[in-house]
Amino acid sequence: MSSTATSPSAAASGAPGAPGPTPEFNTITINMGPQHPSTHGVLRLIIELDGEIVVSIRPVMGYLHTGMEKIMESKTYTKSLTVTDRMDYMSPLGNNMAYVGAVEKILGIDVPERAKTLRIILLELTRISSHLVWLGTHAIDLGAMSVFLYCFREREKLLDVNDMVAGSRMTPSYFRVGGFYQDVPDTFVPYVRKFIGEFPKALAEYQNLLTKNRIWMHRTIGVGIITAEQAISLGCTGPTLRGSGVRYDVRKANPYLGYEAYDFEVPLGKSSDVYDRYLVRIEEMKQSLRIIRQALDRLRPGSVRSDYPYLFPAKREDVKSGMEELIYHFKIMSEGFRVPAGDAYFCIESPKGELGFYVVADGGPKPYRVRVRPPSFIHLMSLETMAVGRLVSDLVACIGSIDIVLGEVDR
Amino acid sequence: MGVEEFVPDGILTTTVEKVVNWARRSSIWPATFGLACCAIEMMATSASRYDLARFGAEVFRASPRQADLMIVAGRVSKKMAPVLRRVYDQMPEPKWVISMGACASCGGEFNDYAIVQGVDTVVPVDVYVPGCPPRPEALIYGIMKLQEKIDRQRLKPAVTAAAPTEGPSIA
Repeated sequence: MSSTATSPSAAASGAPGAPGPTPEFNTITINMGPQHPSTHGVLRLIIELDGEIVVSIRPVMGYLHTGMEKIMESKTYTKSLTVTDRMDYMSPLGNNMAYVGAVEKILGIDVPERAKTLRIILLELTRISSHLVWLGTHAIDLGAMSVFLYCFREREKLLDVNDMVAGSRMTPSYFRVGGFYQDVPDTFVPYVRKFIGEFPKALAEYQNLLTKNRIWMHRTIGVGIITAEQAISLGCTGPTLRGSGVRYDVRKANPYLGYEAYDFEVPLGKSSDVYDRYLVRIEEMKQSLRIIRQALDRLRPGSVRSDYPYLFPAKREDVKSGMEELIYHFKIMSEGFRVPAGDAYFCIESPKGELGFYVVADGGPKPYRVRVRPPSFIHLMSLETMAVGRLVSDLVACIGSIDIVLGEVDR
Repeated sequence: MGVEEFVPDGILTTTVEKVVNWARRSSIWPATFGLACCAIEMMATSASRYDLARFGAEVFRASPRQADLMIVAGRVSKKMAPVLRRVYDQMPEPKWVISMGACASCGGEFNDYAIVQGVDTVVPVDVYVPGCPPRPEALIYGIMKLQEKIDRQRLKPAVTAAAPTEGPSIA
């Protein structure tokens, strides 16, 4: 087809539904989603096509809008935690961390060393588990069915860790403001050690299936290019940015939980395409294993609760014998703890990118306002840069490579 | 080894209804209709460890026109509800709906302006599966309950009652 995309922006800038200026060539507008197997949930894209070439993309969001930020205002600080799990449900503990981090920052408390180390272990395990879902679904989008089954085999082991520590596979809500409600069981450390021993073999298996696979390479190399400048100006973070060769990782740039004391690399891509983002995430999983190994060696017995008063319920035995403890128990269970007026922004390196929670406290037991900086939402905006001028099938590869979660986009 | 043990002469007497119900319940094809967190558990159910194929329900169809079962996996927003209804209407008869998880069944922890408080206000639900999200075992149990329900279906509706007579069963 000889016609070129002369004025894609003119057509793209029109209001949704309203016909834009008539282009000089015949394009068709199709609707992808919200019920579509490769949109990773309920993303809807209005795509203008010239033959099979994408001329413009308009993402339509809100199909999973849950009003989470608003509903957190009506729940206590502890109850709000359960809402965060359901935002980026691939990495629930990452969301827990960003939220409790922000509240801890307002309170000005530091969690004990054991709690920090455990948090790092769990966060890195969550990162692996999230990347496994990404790899499985990304591969299935591009036609490699078996990778999905292998990835979910390993992911089940990680969900068992959540099950072990919190009693829930996917939405553990295990972190608390000030540490943990209870320590991990004795089976935790041997289980994780066993997992990090087995996982490199599984990782090699995935790479065996994909990295030098000709179909995979044809579908991903040179596809969805976003240059470093473009990625920065669009606000990309995480593997999407690092795939373009920009060295930015919140764990290094703005360390939290003592990440600065751990020895790990930040993998970078060179050619800024879908393939490099794939390689970056694979390498990240290896680095996560390194971090977990170091953290397990540093894990010492101790308390997992901050000694800041009024955060955790009283001991059960004391509640049964002492009047003060009973009153306190009633207060903390019904009203929750109060956070002094103030606000804080806390960001972590979630598997998707920089995830930030901005919490405003007004001195009461409920957050006054919670605002989330979701990496998926921002990455979604980079889709147009990546996919315009390419085939529809490349668009599918691009959606997979930015690893969006609609629960986080729409909240 | 197999069916020939029971039908040595190659003849089996049964009713059309039983054969049809047997065929329907043994090959339930769900529509790929993941909404939120539950969708990931739905994927896990069809993946390696839980292997939904054992119940003949692993063929997730991207097109609703090829599907028998809609697993509403996740919270349904008010913006999504018309889409959900449309997907349901596109599915050919006979069709069934499983409401997976607390959000789809009753709104769950999101009782607010955005979320439909129970998907049964939009489409008729056959089986409710509780949990947030339900474990894969729970979803499999829900599918088994649906199979039991299909087994009891009549080919012709009874003269007195209108089409689907049974109320929802709770898994």
